[in-house]
Amino acid sequence: MSEAWIPSAGELAGFRKAQRLAYDCAEAISAEMKPGMTERHVAARMKEYLLDHGADDCFHEPFAWFGDRTAFRGLIAVKQLGGFNPAFYPGLRRLEENMPFILDCAPTIQGCTADIGYCGVIGHNAILDRLMDDLIEYRQLILEQVKARRPLAEISRAVDALCAKHGYDPRHKAYPFETLAHRIEKLRDDGKKSHLKIANFGVRNISELLRDKIRGAREGWNPIWNSSDASQHVPTPGLWAVEPHLGFRDVGAKWEELLVVTDSDAFWLDDDVPHVRRWAQRGLWKQAA
Amino acid sequence: MTPSQIVQSGGIELAVYEWGKPGKKKPTIVLVHGYPDAASVWKATAEILSKRYYVVAYDVRGAGRSTTPDHTAAYALDHLVADLAAVVDATSPDKPVHLVCHDWGSIQCWEAVTTERMEGRIASYTSISGPSIDHASYWIMNRLRSGSPEKIAQVGRQLAHSWYIGMFQLPVLAPALWKGGLDKLWPTLLEKVEGIGEVEASPTQTRDGANGVNLYRANFVQRLINPQERRTELPVQLIVPRGDKFMVQEIWDDLPQWVPNLWRREVDAGHWLQVSHPELVAVQAAEFVDFVESGEETPALKRARVREERRGKPHSGKLVVITGAGSGFGRETALLFAEAGADIIAVDINLEAAERTAELSRLLGAQAWARQTDVGSIEQMQTLASWVEKELGAPDIVVNNAGIGVAGSFFDTSDADWERVLRVNLWGVIHGSRLFGKQMIAAGKRGHIVNVASMGGFTPSRFMSAYNTSKAAVMMLSDCIRAELADHKIEVSTICPGLSITNITQSTRFVGTTPEEETRRQQNATKLYQKRNLKPQTIARAILDAVEHKRAEVPVGVEAHGSRLLSRFFPALSRRLARLDVAP
Repeated sequence: MSEAWIPSAGELAGFRKAQRLAYDCAEAISAEMKPGMTERHVAARMKEYLLDHGADDCFHEPFAWFGDRTAFRGLIAVKQLGGFNPAFYPGLRRLEENMPFILDCAPTIQGCTADIGYCGVIGHNAILDRLMDDLIEYRQLILEQVKARRPLAEISRAVDALCAKHGYDPRHKAYPFETLAHRIEKLRDDGKKSHLKIANFGVRNISELLRDKIRGAREGWNPIWNSSDASQHVPTPGLWAVEPHLGFRDVGAKWEELLVVTDSDAFWLDDDVPHVRRWAQRGLWKQAA
Repeated sequence: MTPSQIVQSGGIELAVYEWGKPGKKKPTIVLVHGYPDAASVWKATAEILSKRYYVVAYDVRGAGRSTTPDHTAAYALDHLVADLAAVVDATSPDKPVHLVCHDWGSIQCWEAVTTERMEGRIASYTSISGPSIDHASYWIMNRLRSGSPEKIAQVGRQLAHSWYIGMFQLPVLAPALWKGGLDKLWPTLLEKVEGIGEVEASPTQTRDGANGVNLYRANFVQRLINPQERRTELPVQLIVPRGDKFMVQEIWDDLPQWVPNLWRREVDAGHWLQVSHPELVAVQAAEFVDFVESGEETPALKRARVREERRGKPHSGKLVVITGAGSGFGRETALLFAEAGADIIAVDINLEAAERTAELSRLLGAQAWARQTDVGSIEQMQTLASWVEKELGAPDIVVNNAGIGVAGSFFDTSDADWERVLRVNLWGVIHGSRLFGKQMIAAGKRGHIVNVASMGGFTPSRFMSAYNTSKAAVMMLSDCIRAELADHKIEVSTICPGLSITNITQSTRFVGTTPEEETRRQQNATKLYQKRNLKPQTIARAILDAVEHKRAEVPVGVEAHGSRLLSRFFPALSRRLARLDVAP
């Protein structure tokens, strides 16, 4: 692979700031969520929060899914057109007590983009708790196998196998191109307060993904990390937004984080994220020595 | 039976009987009899219970050797509760007692546990065949108001079962009957109608029958017309005899609304089960008392606990054993049954996988247990079956699903390969059907055995001799035992799935190949099955459907239906196609 981009420490700090903002946003908005609110209302509140706190572009506008939509049941599961499906957009579903929800946002600040997923419930949901507990294994599995330089498609299949063992549906397969993860590139910091979006996606970020697609086709790698043969290559250096999304019956759960891949190593951009803090609270998290 | 002491209650003398001695660590159990009985109806049960507990029974006012009030109003429920309180205070002044009550005794005790008079004096309540009249009144009104023909019919059926209550309201008639010969006839009636033989004629049968009519006259109409909302937080165990001629089982359906801590067990017996099955009543009463005393809930009680979220589900309260439950069809079947209200025993050779299935079933509201068993081993299957019978009782549904795959030329298939596939695919089904079928027969359960075969069972193929032979044998086995089990009203279904995605393709043994070649073929087979995309959920749904609609043979998937038609109507073509080398 020619001239692979390996982010510098300064660049990583920028991405970390973007990811913190995204998770802060999810936590702040989820704290004000109440039964009766619609997905659209919550997504709009997230957008407001991000703009108020310095976001100047995005990979995509915030998503919010409630109830069985967290597990992508119904129209949202239609995979035709490569998975580009209007049902992904926040709708008029109203939040109820004990109903799971997922918030997903991807702000860009000064050229650095994050993409996160956050789940929760107002009240209690035993299935969601179990899913969120089990999600720790996916974070460990993915990192271990990337560090071992295993081909990305094989890692994705290992994730599928872990889902089968757990008895879950890998619902990230309902995303466009059955994406387990996708590339994030550094954009130019042009100082503008806002940038063009089409159909809720940031044009600059999507253009980068398309450029990666063309470049990857030439160089033999795939900017969309899934189980297909196109991803049968060693981990490409750079940043990957990884988003395993599990479903059991009508409940779905996910996290999404940036994974930093270098020539010989890999690490999660930031361990100070809500789901890791939750695992620590529940005694599941063992910090690697 | 001679009373051991006489207790005074509001001018009435109550005859009290005791078995065993009170002790500091011994729980006290108080037995309250119904109509037209006296304390003697508990004799056999009390003797068994007295080995571990201090057991007390008494003749209700007007019955046995207790004195008779001089007017009907003295039979009102508040007097009866005062009597119970007097007996409890006299026999167990320091600690609360466990009540076990039958019929009218149970009706009185509902009053005792839902009113303040005896607060703190009762630790638990086991109720047999006697609802609170207030609850019954709400039950009737709710059904009549619902406008649903089905629910109104339930009320009609209950009223038909309660014909005698109306008769008791008529003056003179009922007491006159008891005095005019019904008392002598009673043991014969019990034997003819209830099938209870060798009942000792009670010396006080005449007054038990005649005076007891006042229980009805003093309470029924009053409470039915003007019921109160009666609730209790106490742990209550309901024992419901399925063959009760005086009660429809639906009468208990609304009870969770009044009683949050409720356990319900159904038994195959008639109304007087403490006479016909004293051992069973003693065991269930003791199990509940021990649980309330120690806080340790046995598996059987866990299963019996009434959970609001399971009410009204199609398989609520059923116990389902599934082999090969760690993955594929087995896991999906477990989850679907769990969602439908059943409890699950997930059996697999891989314990971790079985435990995961049990855990997922629990998330869906079921009680679930995981057991590690090699279905091909008779010893292990016997261990499983005895554990199930002892801890949870005979299952309602058994799904013999565990199976393995072998593919390749007949001449490359070794004896060991044959033994392996027949051991799991055929012997596993034989063991499961025999062991659990026996349990169902012994328990009088109208259960269901589901054997998972395959479309291979009717699809000859040159490279599947061992596997398809094992599956064809399962189909014939099922057909034969279906005929025999029909006598016992036990159903047998055979499920014949098509090419469905499970672990079996990844672990199928391809004989006559190198390890690399075997892996390649396993992967190819898996890819082929993935393209076909017949999901394990579809097979699981077919299994539930087979149980719900009592289907004998169920092909699943268009290829299974097609091949079945082919083998029936164009067998020559089917045999011809078997020659094609379509190995993956």
